Amino acid sequence: MTETATEPRFESVQAVRDALRDVDYLADEGIAGVAYLADRLGKPVLIEGPAGTGKTQLAKSIAEMTGSRLIRLQCYEGLDESKALYEWNYKKQLLRIQADRGSDSWSDIHDDIFSDEFLLTRPLLEAITATEPVVLLIDEVDRVEVETEALLLEILSDYQVSIPELGTIEATQIPLVFLTSNNTRELSEALKRRCLYLHVDYPTLEREKEIVLAKVPGVTDNLADQISRIMRSIRQLDLKKSPSVSETLDWARTLMLLNVDVIDEKIAKDTLHILLKYQTDIAKAAKELSVDE
Amino acid sequence: MIELLNGFVVELRNAGLPVSLTENLDAMEAVQHIPIEDREAFKYALGATLIKNNAHWRAFETVFEVYFSLRGPEYRISDDEDADVDEMWREMQEQMRQGEGKGSAGGSMDDLTPEEIAHMLMRALLDGDQAMTRAMAKQSVQRFAGMEPGRPVGGTYYLYRTLRNLDLDSMLEKLMEATREQAGGELTPLEERLEREEYEDRIEKFKAEIEAEIRRRLVADRGAEAMAKTLRKPLPEDVEFMHASRDEMQSLKKALYPLTRKLAARLARKRRHGRKGPLDFRNTVRHSLSYGGVPAEPKFKYPRPAKPELMVVADISGSVAAFARFTLMLVYAIQGQFSKVRSFVFIDGLDEVTEYFKSTEDIAEAIHRVNTEADVVWVDGHSDYGHAFEVFWERYGKDVGPKTTVLLLGDARNNYHASQSWVVKEMDAKARHVYWLNPEPKSYWNTGDSIVGEYANHTDGVYECRNLRQLEAFVEKLA
Repeated sequence: MTETATEPRFESVQAVRDALRDVDYLADEGIAGVAYLADRLGKPVLIEGPAGTGKTQLAKSIAEMTGSRLIRLQCYEGLDESKALYEWNYKKQLLRIQADRGSDSWSDIHDDIFSDEFLLTRPLLEAITATEPVVLLIDEVDRVEVETEALLLEILSDYQVSIPELGTIEATQIPLVFLTSNNTRELSEALKRRCLYLHVDYPTLEREKEIVLAKVPGVTDNLADQISRIMRSIRQLDLKKSPSVSETLDWARTLMLLNVDVIDEKIAKDTLHILLKYQTDIAKAAKELSVDE
Repeated sequence: MIELLNGFVVELRNAGLPVSLTENLDAMEAVQHIPIEDREAFKYALGATLIKNNAHWRAFETVFEVYFSLRGPEYRISDDEDADVDEMWREMQEQMRQGEGKGSAGGSMDDLTPEEIAHMLMRALLDGDQAMTRAMAKQSVQRFAGMEPGRPVGGTYYLYRTLRNLDLDSMLEKLMEATREQAGGELTPLEERLEREEYEDRIEKFKAEIEAEIRRRLVADRGAEAMAKTLRKPLPEDVEFMHASRDEMQSLKKALYPLTRKLAARLARKRRHGRKGPLDFRNTVRHSLSYGGVPAEPKFKYPRPAKPELMVVADISGSVAAFARFTLMLVYAIQGQFSKVRSFVFIDGLDEVTEYFKSTEDIAEAIHRVNTEADVVWVDGHSDYGHAFEVFWERYGKDVGPKTTVLLLGDARNNYHASQSWVVKEMDAKARHVYWLNPEPKSYWNTGDSIVGEYANHTDGVYECRNLRQLEAFVEKLA
């Protein structure tokens, strides 16, 4: 186990929850609990769940709440070490060699060009070497190939990066690490084993209502209630893509702009395209909402 | 504490959940930071460290509930809470009595008539009062389930008895009526729908409370280990198609969609990768012209694996219908991975159903049409593989070509009709591959009227496909 040199950031589960609420992120018991544990155990958190349920936002909010810098690594197919970990600054190395042509002995130059000065840090290395508190967000980790996943393993379990020319760089402080995944493929066992697992699902009725109330200024309690109930109703349908929380918020904002106080069927139908992005889904939802049974 | 956790991990493993040693250690460390009295947080702490797949969460929850429901008084849900509920219960009763002008307050539930209980339950549900609902659940179980210590009956029996007495279906109607009255007149369809869903949700929660209460009592009676065994639920990917209950079917359907997405992504990736080909000389020379004849940019011949053409021939008679349905759903969900998919269904007659899937994007709807509209009965509606295959070969045999992969789905229980296995033989000669998927366990093959062995001789392989896991593995191999 890594020695926890870092002071615990959070007092208790409840404290996490309250602090998150202050930055307008409404966590449920599970989310707050896992965030608390991540800090105490010094382990990364793997967040899975449908798109648009606030996975990335959680990492951002935690960064905001602890006052840390957020370092983000967006994953994509073809991501490699030079983009994720570090790269040697070849141009600068070349200049260095040419500048001193003839003066230094070869071994001096050799030692010199493989030093910190010529190292370009990429997000993962940056997170480790940072002296101020940071939150590392590795976004959509399911997009990289299985082989690339292995890149992450060292940093996730030991918070260190080995660079052949320089040796091992260990973390000065243990950053909070969040990995998000949309679950398009099964992540490897090795990765999962190193992380705490958190599944973020669509929020419950009550939580969604609170989210709407917190995020949309000026919305009435009544309207928020109605919105969240319609959302639940829509999510129960068998749709290609269920509306996400961010879409709920867009919808709520639209309704505010339209000065709607009470949602009736016509308004619901006319604004469905904000929630749903497939024509078949819209047709289905419109049919379900207007004709009962 | 260590023993307690170890026991829990053993139970999880018994339930088929993979828990590694490091995860176990993490859990040990985690519980040092979370007080066990805070049950919810404790559960999430264990979940976060031990369960790394959302589909396993439900199984985990069940094991957790059973295992920790009665572990000594210190792990119980505190008794104060029960007292609170009892208090409220008494208060409520008092109000009721006064309201109805009866004097004797403070009695137990036994004094109440079923009508009164129904009335109280309705009020609890109408107000959405959670504490009250929980109290109602507790009392209903005590009153109606008729649980006897040591009686070897499953929890579902007690659940059934309790629910029968409560009559929740008519409760929903009554609740709707009450709401309509409150609103003073008619509700718009939208409002009506929302209200109905709200009540359905509350009733579901109430049912869950009852279930939990019954489980608690059973655990108290028989001990956690014994109960964990009887309550163990298979994971969705391990549920057998042929014996799935309605609930399990639901969870299977839910599990199918993410599975197809994953499968499609994996197959697409597989297709894109491993594309190392030999040098394409002509192409390299052509490109070298722009470098003044120096072949600076080597070009390679990338293999382009042909997508297979798929013909699915499925038995949809009662016993294997669910299996055929899932296979068709899976195949159509990833049809992008095949150049062409045609599907046929049969019982003793055969019908092509490709059109149903073409005309709509909604696979569930297409499946529904397959079940209701396809003309698959020839004589008596009992499976007759021989005749169905004969018809298939006669009508569509000419479409089977060297690119075609034929999938035959069914248990090959032919009701002692003629097998006509020559059709399969000719099919195999003409098609690229012929596979047979059998939803029965291997040990049942070739017993009774199953003649899968006779067909198997002519196919490229017979695969046991009892659950989603096996089906997924096969489809991945196929594409």
